[in-house]
Amino acid sequence: MKRSGRALDRMSPRRQTSWDARAATNFICGGAGGGLLAATALASPLGVDLRSLIVLGLALVGLGLLAVWLEIGRPLRALNVYRNVATSWMTREALVATLLFAAGAAAVVLDQPAAIWLAGLSGIGLVYAQGRILRNQKGIPAWRHGLCAALVVATGVTEGAGLLVMAALIWPALTPFGVLLAVLAVARLVVWRRYRESLRGVGVPVGTLKAFDAIDVPFVWVGHAVPIGLGIAGALLGWPIAVALAGAAAVVAGAWFKFVLIGRAALTQGFALPQAPARGSGRPGVGARPGWSRAKAQ
Amino acid sequence: MSPRYVMVIDLRRCVGCQTCTAACKSANATPPGVQWRRVLDQESGEYPDVRRTFLPVSCMHCAEPPCAEVCPTTATQKREDGLVTIDYDVCIGCANCIMACPYDARTIQHEPRWAYGVPMAHELARADPGRLSVATKCTFCKERIDRAAITGQTPGVDPEVTPACVNSCISGAMLFGDINDPTSGVVKLLESARHFRVHEDLGTGPSIYYIWSET
Repeated sequence: MKRSGRALDRMSPRRQTSWDARAATNFICGGAGGGLLAATALASPLGVDLRSLIVLGLALVGLGLLAVWLEIGRPLRALNVYRNVATSWMTREALVATLLFAAGAAAVVLDQPAAIWLAGLSGIGLVYAQGRILRNQKGIPAWRHGLCAALVVATGVTEGAGLLVMAALIWPALTPFGVLLAVLAVARLVVWRRYRESLRGVGVPVGTLKAFDAIDVPFVWVGHAVPIGLGIAGALLGWPIAVALAGAAAVVAGAWFKFVLIGRAALTQGFALPQAPARGSGRPGVGARPGWSRAKAQ
Repeated sequence: MSPRYVMVIDLRRCVGCQTCTAACKSANATPPGVQWRRVLDQESGEYPDVRRTFLPVSCMHCAEPPCAEVCPTTATQKREDGLVTIDYDVCIGCANCIMACPYDARTIQHEPRWAYGVPMAHELARADPGRLSVATKCTFCKERIDRAAITGQTPGVDPEVTPACVNSCISGAMLFGDINDPTSGVVKLLESARHFRVHEDLGTGPSIYYIWSET
């Protein structure tokens, strides 16, 4: 009977429990809000007054930051977050968020293109910083993978475009942006596929693969097929309701994906034994890496 | 050259008694549910060549600590002697470092916990509110190591300035010392035996070496 790798005391990876729904909310709302600010900047040349969308983007980012503020252990020391710009992407996220709120407020008050574009760029910067926060977490194999950051960025901008085209119900001039949503959804689908294939190739905790397998079909259909189909059809046919539905699907699917990424798929590294020590028989034995999709130890 | 402290654990000798775990809890007054040091228990191999290995783990005091890199507050720092420290007065308890640590070495405890629900006198005497809601982990008993500079003693040689877990080990499986000192016990042992470090492929440069065979 093969007995390699049965964990008796937490040698296997386990689901992280330090970041809960509050942290996930920061990634969900921050990403969508940052993406919306970027998408709004892109739509600003239309001449439509989209300042209410900027307010919505700022509110989403603010809600995310509020959620994470409620999660940290010492909220009264929160300003210490600015102390490590040299290496910490969490510090950089906080700095970009500060710039984002300043630029966003200026855009709302002054309605100047420069402020709107600066807010949009800050939104992209915020989404990128969030991706890099995850990328630098060596303790979570699903996050430290190089394509995870790309996937987080792709999801954020797709959600932002989704929110923008949902506003086509109010401003039909936004309907053609259904094409933008479709293009972004295609890009995210490519990244999602490559990310999962690569995870299988390099090996990750089995629980991570299971969590992603469980959402793959609905994520692909709701988060990609629907936005691509309805986004293009709505844009070409001039149906605001179609692009709005496409946007809603993209937003809901993106949020659900990030909730899974931060929670269910976030298994820790666990431990590995490259070699079992020479005991008893006097000979060393084979190692073990319990709980991994590729069981070879290191 | 300044010292660089490492720990060497001879897996051939470890019997999984968890005395080091108990010694750590006693020395550092960690509350129930928080273990800065623990001994993992792993079966491997295939019948009839089945092995049971005990793997004592804690903070690895990495040469390239990912926890320090991601810490937004600079509360986590690496000292010149290799010890990775946390400033409890600066940490905001964001748990970023917990995610970055591939050794599951850090904990944040938000509420006081007592062994029997209500605090006993000795628990109250040693409870430290400053350690609530911030990241905590093994310190390599840095207060003892820092004392060596005052007393002139040598960490890893003199028990008073050596980590409590190393002092407690009943089988002599754990050694502590300066890897930059060619005469230290850890250097001699590493030269005489085959060893590995956990998750070396992640580039963290852990300071705990595990011996698994003779050279």
